[in-house]
Amino acid sequence: MSIEKTEDSNFEPLIVAFCCNWCSYAGADLAGTSRLSYPANVKIIRVPCSCRVNPMFILRAFQRGADGVIICGCHPGDCHYSTGNYYARRRMTLLFSMLDYLGIERGRTRVEWVSAAEGVKFSTVMNEFSKTIHELGENKKLRDLRCKEFLD
Amino acid sequence: MQRIFGLIKDRVGALLADGTVDRVIGWEKGEFLYDHTPAIFNAEDDLVDLVYDGFCASNLSKYLIDESKKDGKILALLKPCDTYNFNQLIKEHRINRDNVYVLGIECRGMLDIDKIRALGIKGIEKVEEQGDELYIQTIYGDKTCKRNEVLLEKCINCKGKEHVAYDELVTSGEDIPQVESNRFEDVEKLEAMTSDERFAFWRGELSKCIRCNACRNVCPICSCVECVFDNKDSVVASKANTDEFEENLFHIIRAFHVAGRCTDCGECSRVCPQGIPLHLLNRKIIKDINEFYGEYQAGQDTNSLGPLTDFTKEDVEPSIITEKGGEK
Ligand code: SF4
Ligand code: SF4
Ligand code: SF4
Repeated sequence: MSIEKTEDSNFEPLIVAFCCNWCSYAGADLAGTSRLSYPANVKIIRVPCSCRVNPMFILRAFQRGADGVIICGCHPGDCHYSTGNYYARRRMTLLFSMLDYLGIERGRTRVEWVSAAEGVKFSTVMNEFSKTIHELGENKKLRDLRCKEFLD
Repeated sequence: MQRIFGLIKDRVGALLADGTVDRVIGWEKGEFLYDHTPAIFNAEDDLVDLVYDGFCASNLSKYLIDESKKDGKILALLKPCDTYNFNQLIKEHRINRDNVYVLGIECRGMLDIDKIRALGIKGIEKVEEQGDELYIQTIYGDKTCKRNEVLLEKCINCKGKEHVAYDELVTSGEDIPQVESNRFEDVEKLEAMTSDERFAFWRGELSKCIRCNACRNVCPICSCVECVFDNKDSVVASKANTDEFEENLFHIIRAFHVAGRCTDCGECSRVCPQGIPLHLLNRKIIKDINEFYGEYQAGQDTNSLGPLTDFTKEDVEPSIITEKGGEK
């Protein structure tokens, strides 16, 4: 991925998906075994809970070349640890608002609740999100040119 | 100001003399007349150096983290706003309450030397405060101005003149006029811009940052024993390594670390040598918290759950931000 990629009409966004081990990660698995497709440029990072996602992780993902970041966790009320996703929900709301306030395109971040049984939802969400990021184009506002070398 | 200073000094002297306290944290004259600095006084005789006037903006509550762990009791001179940080630190178990004697002191609002200078008042030799008037002696002759015209940003948006924590109060009994203000006004202006305008605004501001860390070091809430930004592997430990991304990261993360805990004491903006309006970041978070989770003032008490350590099942979804209409 080079920084010239916007001029490239074949822009392929890089999407980082933080998926909770107990639900969405299994949802992704189910999508796979059910032969449902989701874009190959979605890179999944497994986390023990959506609450494990430190705002720093999201910013670091953007720094290292992500064009969109999505956090997937269990539906509110279904957290494996009872309440993790409730805290994550507040945290992400405030973080996304902050990013928007700094002028970062607000479509670049998203939270979705996807259970282990929702393979179809997982695939739909990822396709949709990928489309949104495609429309938004390359992440320029939160990139780090020093990481270019590392990505190329 | 003269009168309240006299009352404070007498009371502090008495409390030291009768052994109620062993030490005092207050302010002493700094290099210039407008930069009084925090100081510890160990005996009644030392109190000749104690000062209290419109240039004692620095919030002493953070020093109590270390001071309250030492032997003996320390008396802390706290203005109303400082007591919010004091409470927040008590809540976070950072201050040993038993070793502190809080002398809540009256405050008429602190002065911004830059605003005085901006009025064309230069070569300042002495500032005398009389109620709402300032009489300023300069090398060019005597000048006057209204106190309210030259208040610090944080004092224009004062949370009120009530102390939320104290062992004893010292007041002059005089009436203190409060300035009418809306602390979210500038945040609202930014919110009304397009995202590209906001991005340009913040780039303009944050690119001035020299990573002196003064904002973090002065912040009574940024009191982590080891700060994430001191991690040598973080690549953000110094300005030399810093580019646009790291500037954004430092400010987003710092604002986020104090989210729900920041009392809006205004110290970070006050000390920033680059004049970056850091309060606009903190106030955005405060405004969001108030809107989404109900009005909350950090430091109001010592036992409520902070907004980020609490939740309700009906909380708004993050999509309220990401899917809000209008330009992206
Ligand atoms: S972030 Fe700034 S306003 Fe908030 S508590 Fe810290 S110094 Fe005070
Ligand atoms: S920036 Fe974060 S880690 Fe550093 S002192 Fe402040 S709250 Fe602690
Ligand atoms: S005080 Fe100002 S210049 Fe120093 S690190 Fe903070 S924002 Fe940057």
